[in-house]
Amino acid sequence: MAQKLYITTSPHVHCGDTIERNMRWVIWALMPALFASFFMFGLGALIVTATSVLSCLFFEWFITRFLLKRPSTLGDLSAVITGILLAFNLPSNIPLYMIVVGALVAIGIGKMAFGGLGNNPFNPALVGRVFLLISFPARMTSWPVPHQLTAYTDAVTGATPMNLIGQIAGGNSAAADQLPGLGDLFLGNIGGCIGEVSALMLLIGFVILLCSKVITWHIPVSILGTVTVLTGIMWLINPVLYVNPLYHLCSGGLMLGAIFMATDYVTSPMTPKGMVWYGIGIGFLTVVIRYFGSYPEGMSFAILIMNAVTPLINNWCKPKRFGEAVK
Amino acid sequence: MSFILTAVLVLGLTGLVLGLVLYAVSRRFKVEEDPRVGQILELLPAANCGGCGFPGCAAFAEACVKQESMDGLKCSVCKSEVMHQIAAIAGHSVELGAEKVAVVRCNGSCANRPNLRVYDGAPSCAAAALMNGGATGCFYGCLGCGDCVKVCKFDAIKMDPETGLPVVDQDKCTACGACVKACPRMIIELRSKNKLDRRVYVSCVNKDKGPVAKKACDVACIGCGKCVKACPFEAITLENNLAYIDFEKCRLCRKCVDECPQHSILAVNFPPKRVAEPAPENQVEQQTEQ
Amino acid sequence: MNTFKIGGVHPEPNKLTADRKIETLALPVQAVFPLSQHIGAPAVPCVQKGDTVRVGTRIAEPGGFMSASIHSSVSGKVAKIDSVIDASGVRKPAIFIDVEGDEWEPSIDRSDKLVLQSNKSREEIVECIKNAGIVGMGGACFPTHVKLCPPKECTIDTLIINAVECEPYLTADHRLMLEHSDEIIIGIKIILKVLGIDHAVIGIEANKPDAITLMRSKTSMVSGIEVMPLQMKYPQGGEKQLIEAVTGRQVPPPPALPANVGCVVQNVGTVFAVYEAVMKNKPLIERIVTVTGQDVKNPCNLKVRMGTPVSQLIEYAGGMPENTGKLISGGPMMGRPLLDDTAPVVKGTSGILMIPEADAIRRAERNCIRCAKCVQACPMGLEPYLLATASEASDWECAEENWIMSCIECGCCQSTCPSRRPLLDWVRLAKNRVGGIIRARNAKK
Repeated sequence: MAQKLYITTSPHVHCGDTIERNMRWVIWALMPALFASFFMFGLGALIVTATSVLSCLFFEWFITRFLLKRPSTLGDLSAVITGILLAFNLPSNIPLYMIVVGALVAIGIGKMAFGGLGNNPFNPALVGRVFLLISFPARMTSWPVPHQLTAYTDAVTGATPMNLIGQIAGGNSAAADQLPGLGDLFLGNIGGCIGEVSALMLLIGFVILLCSKVITWHIPVSILGTVTVLTGIMWLINPVLYVNPLYHLCSGGLMLGAIFMATDYVTSPMTPKGMVWYGIGIGFLTVVIRYFGSYPEGMSFAILIMNAVTPLINNWCKPKRFGEAVK
Repeated sequence: MSFILTAVLVLGLTGLVLGLVLYAVSRRFKVEEDPRVGQILELLPAANCGGCGFPGCAAFAEACVKQESMDGLKCSVCKSEVMHQIAAIAGHSVELGAEKVAVVRCNGSCANRPNLRVYDGAPSCAAAALMNGGATGCFYGCLGCGDCVKVCKFDAIKMDPETGLPVVDQDKCTACGACVKACPRMIIELRSKNKLDRRVYVSCVNKDKGPVAKKACDVACIGCGKCVKACPFEAITLENNLAYIDFEKCRLCRKCVDECPQHSILAVNFPPKRVAEPAPENQVEQQTEQ
Repeated sequence: MNTFKIGGVHPEPNKLTADRKIETLALPVQAVFPLSQHIGAPAVPCVQKGDTVRVGTRIAEPGGFMSASIHSSVSGKVAKIDSVIDASGVRKPAIFIDVEGDEWEPSIDRSDKLVLQSNKSREEIVECIKNAGIVGMGGACFPTHVKLCPPKECTIDTLIINAVECEPYLTADHRLMLEHSDEIIIGIKIILKVLGIDHAVIGIEANKPDAITLMRSKTSMVSGIEVMPLQMKYPQGGEKQLIEAVTGRQVPPPPALPANVGCVVQNVGTVFAVYEAVMKNKPLIERIVTVTGQDVKNPCNLKVRMGTPVSQLIEYAGGMPENTGKLISGGPMMGRPLLDDTAPVVKGTSGILMIPEADAIRRAERNCIRCAKCVQACPMGLEPYLLATASEASDWECAEENWIMSCIECGCCQSTCPSRRPLLDWVRLAKNRVGGIIRARNAKK
């Protein structure tokens, strides 16, 4: 026997899954939405996304290299996803320095301060987004109208469906006339953040994630289901003040949040039962913030709040054990 | 002016009310504590290492005060004068044994005991010991994953990257015994510190028969028994092919060290030998002639 | 098609030897018999150095109720009683026999003739199985006579024959069914008689259609024995998973036994050994071993005498490939790593697997990214990530609260982990410690 044998306990084979594979599929699944945003917002969308990804990568490299003095973790691609998701949550006319600040907060405070991928309690991209939303509320809540392909910071802005839905609920029935058709909403022919406009493209991404077995259906379906049910009930009670639930499903960051942000591995619960409760919580909080909060959109806050609850959910919702007596 | 007055009044009143509440609560839920417990606690190292057998320094301090005598109560970390102070506070007297230090009884470095296989499972000696004999031919020696280093609260034990063995810092070691418990191979032993930290011990725990042990490691104890015969104080016993030096009987004469054909008996902190002494081989020959 | 409900994974089947006929390996020069080849107390040698033994001579007696005797598989002289490193990786006492000729005990019926009937009573059959030293041949090596005497308060209604062979690479049971189906059916009838019931189910995974067809045609005339094809999913061959797949019942957590839900599970290999012991008076001295691996020249199914060194099997299969990184006794999911090729074949050796170095090296471990894939894969409904973390922090209480003793060590969690954490290593450590704590607690009571 010439060769040295390895001695490790079973199992001796692995299915071949890696962090990189999962992350790569998430990036692929985000591509249709990026394509749609380029189609709608033109150059601005690309500039913002590229800046965000590059600055996220830079900060991750800088922090691991000089502050933590560890081997680089750029290879796991999680910084790329954080960058894309952060960009997707920004309007396409936002100045570059704000993106860089957002990326620094997302990577520095949202992720690396806790010890890097796997240890962060909150979704890094959302931490960055919410930081920007609180710091630069004016810039963060004015969205350019679509089809200004070559415009960037000088793009003309206009009201988004989320603003209009809020105004209608506030009693301004005239806003109902400005509301775009459902078809435009579904395809993404509306104003809004870069990645959130096209529900169709996000759903394609969802299918990609499901087929590549990166995520399970539990979180997105329970979020979307809860929102549909809650807004549906309100719509049935008063159709004049409250819009059709389909408007809610297709507008704002709901799809993006439900499919890509809430399903973030690190910050979501571990058991199917827990995932469903987590989704219901996010759906409920989103509707509450959308209708009763001062911000037009509540997805980011809802996800961050439920991120904070995730450890508790993990403690409460245990999987069904084999052979457990039925109570 | 009036708004300033209002602010001062409101804040002052709030502060007063809250202060009263705090006072009432602290009176209501006050825990009666023997003042001696606090005094003892201040003397203790506050590392909560558990070496005394209690779940922490506070529990140990309480036990000192509550128990009739200091029997069985010993903070292994504290120096003897500190123990005497503690006993004085608690109103007891105390007799202390010799001070001890952790000793690693394996010298199977990478050079002495080459790796025959590769272990790349979980980085824990306990997990590795559970699986099988480990990466070397010796099934008794150090596994080198550093469980002892992880449990040491005093930063007194480190892995030597060259030998792959743990090294005890005798000045930092407090003989709390955490590493002794953590080692799945039971290599580490608490031995008396002796004068000038001089120690003589068998640095091997291999119980295999001579040829097997010798094949596995260049410095393994093969149970030949030469040291047992050499010892003038009957401090060495041989059991299961393994010699053991009783540190209470050992007088540090080092006769066994010269006798051991495997160099598995180590003598540490002795000054280097004078050259004038006759070479040990001659002695052996003389004995055999007689 | 039936299968178990919770978790499970689909490793590459890699059944390279499924159509290789069973070949008989030549006798070894020296046979080595470790004294603990089974769960429970080690056997006690009843021969001495220099004694002459024949094939089938008993060389060690059971060391207690939960133990099994060991028989010589060769004829020759007892060379020594020493220790050997066996598949468990530690040095254990063993009997060494130098082979001289091939002389069998005269009481053994060596003909190929099928013996259909026996007039032994239930007690005599159990005694016969006990004397033959038969243990579970699936790998766990639980003494069979103990399993056939379930606690009195349990009523058994189903005998399940484990012919699932869900471990990748292994084909020993598959070949056995194809080549010895008649013997297996008689063996099933014997066990049914012992248990005093009339219903047996043979569970076979769907990737063995030839075995399913053959067993179906053989059992069509026999009432009470049913063949049930099962969906492919690992670890279906686990006792608890198989019971659920076949009957839909879930065995409660330990210390409950399959008998508590009215089932007894036996491996096909065990059934075959029972037939040989009862009808042919032949103790357990041979078994079928799959010698395989991606780069092995001549992967094969071998009929091997117990005690043969593994190196002889490897040689027959064309030698160990240059790039071998790991030598495994058993399958890739639950097998044990061998320290070298000198270990002997024992009762529980179902396969010898050589894994190329590239696959043997574990990738560097990284942070848990909490993807929950281990939770989805666990067939026992546990949370491996949590148990491993608790074990790393020596938090045995947390591990016990989270059902660590239910773990069957199937390896699903670790084989799916994208962060390549050694989950099962940690879980196994915690299981060992918690088991010790529970035993100490029970002893106090």
